[in-house]
Amino acid sequence: MTIAPPPPWGLLAELTHACPLHCGYCSNPLELTRRSRELTAEHWVNVFRQAAELGVLQTHLSGGEPLLRKDLEAIVTGAEESGIYTQLVTSGSGLTADRLRSLTGAGLRSVQLSVQHADPAASDRIAGSRAFAAKEIAAALVTDAGLPLGVNAVLHRHNLDAVDGLVELALRWGADRIELANTQFYGWGLLNREALMPGRDQLARAVESVNRWRDQLDGSLEIVWVAPDYFDGVAKPCMGGWGAVSLTVTPDGTALPCPAAATLPGLDPVNIKDHPLRWIWEESKAFNLYRGTDWMPSPCRSCERRDQDFGGCRCQAFALTGDATRTDPACSLSPDHTALTALTHSAPGELTDLVPRRPTTGPRPASHA
Amino acid sequence: MTAADPDRWCPRTAPAVLLRHDRARGSHVLLMPERVVVLTGSARHVVELCDGTRTVTRITEELRARFPEAPVDAEVGPFVERMRKEGWIR
Repeated sequence: MTIAPPPPWGLLAELTHACPLHCGYCSNPLELTRRSRELTAEHWVNVFRQAAELGVLQTHLSGGEPLLRKDLEAIVTGAEESGIYTQLVTSGSGLTADRLRSLTGAGLRSVQLSVQHADPAASDRIAGSRAFAAKEIAAALVTDAGLPLGVNAVLHRHNLDAVDGLVELALRWGADRIELANTQFYGWGLLNREALMPGRDQLARAVESVNRWRDQLDGSLEIVWVAPDYFDGVAKPCMGGWGAVSLTVTPDGTALPCPAAATLPGLDPVNIKDHPLRWIWEESKAFNLYRGTDWMPSPCRSCERRDQDFGGCRCQAFALTGDATRTDPACSLSPDHTALTALTHSAPGELTDLVPRRPTTGPRPASHA
Repeated sequence: MTAADPDRWCPRTAPAVLLRHDRARGSHVLLMPERVVVLTGSARHVVELCDGTRTVTRITEELRARFPEAPVDAEVGPFVERMRKEGWIR
């Protein structure tokens, strides 16, 4: 007899891997799912119904670019009818007044808009696409509709000096929240790690900026800073624990404990088309492999932080050591920590070195892992 | 931000904030972007009366009548004020 794990709060719904942007920091896998293999709207409605029964209260409708799904309204309706709170995670490309009206009519509650830099030309260079103008329009549509707006910027060497400008942009666009998230090195981000790796001084200046803005704005704009875990010697509490808080369903229906976990060997993740979501959450191998603390190696096993950081990130342990069961090398107590620190001393990378995120038709790009 | 007048202000939940019953965990919650607030004790009853038609004074009176044993006077005012500062009601 085992006790069922506590239910998940959130579901990350990756509706498509298609995207008009080509950001080299993207955490999507290198092998992007083809559109022909995507779940149908009916599948998603079914996923949300099961997820709500399981305990899910919120979903991020993400991708890729979810607006490329012509049936997004039906998907939003499904979530809303199951009582799940919806947030659209978008680049803004393709959002028109009509589209937003039909989405809010279907029950969309909030929007998170990505931006690559405060300067339009620099933003377009990082996105590999002339995407900035659409973002400005999208922001105005969202706030005009009275929906809460979050701005999300993934940070790296080529935009960390623009933190002040990004906060000013969020204020100008009427956002309620800005998430300044240092790049997590998975998928395309891992492939491009050298070119993205920030400088230590650059990071320190960005932290000073964030603190200054927080003091000055006093909560009128929520500023979320996602620290880069390569620099502080502290492992992040990845996903709030394995199979503990949320789950991800990928465009083809694979259910994962975290969006990057598809790369892990021996996970054997299953598809929502083949198994009930409750069974996947409670009993499947993929969700139990690193759940709790029993799987932990030394030094995690006896560490007083084991219930706070959960041993850090399994995907990062695998990417850096080839062994997903090792302590996250981001932790200063990890035997592999020196190798990780060495990566932060690499020569400054150029923006032009970034491999743009694109569906690959030929051989897969070589990974730096 | 100064405190609102309890005899004039009729609070209602912000458009982005939803009160829901969380069946899986048997509690009431406030849903909003990136956040779930689990309502404990009688907090849910206060939020339910924040419908834009009642003043804070009236909400307090109604709850006092419904829960005569509870410390309604001491708790409702501070809770409403906290929710206002958080932006959950306006």
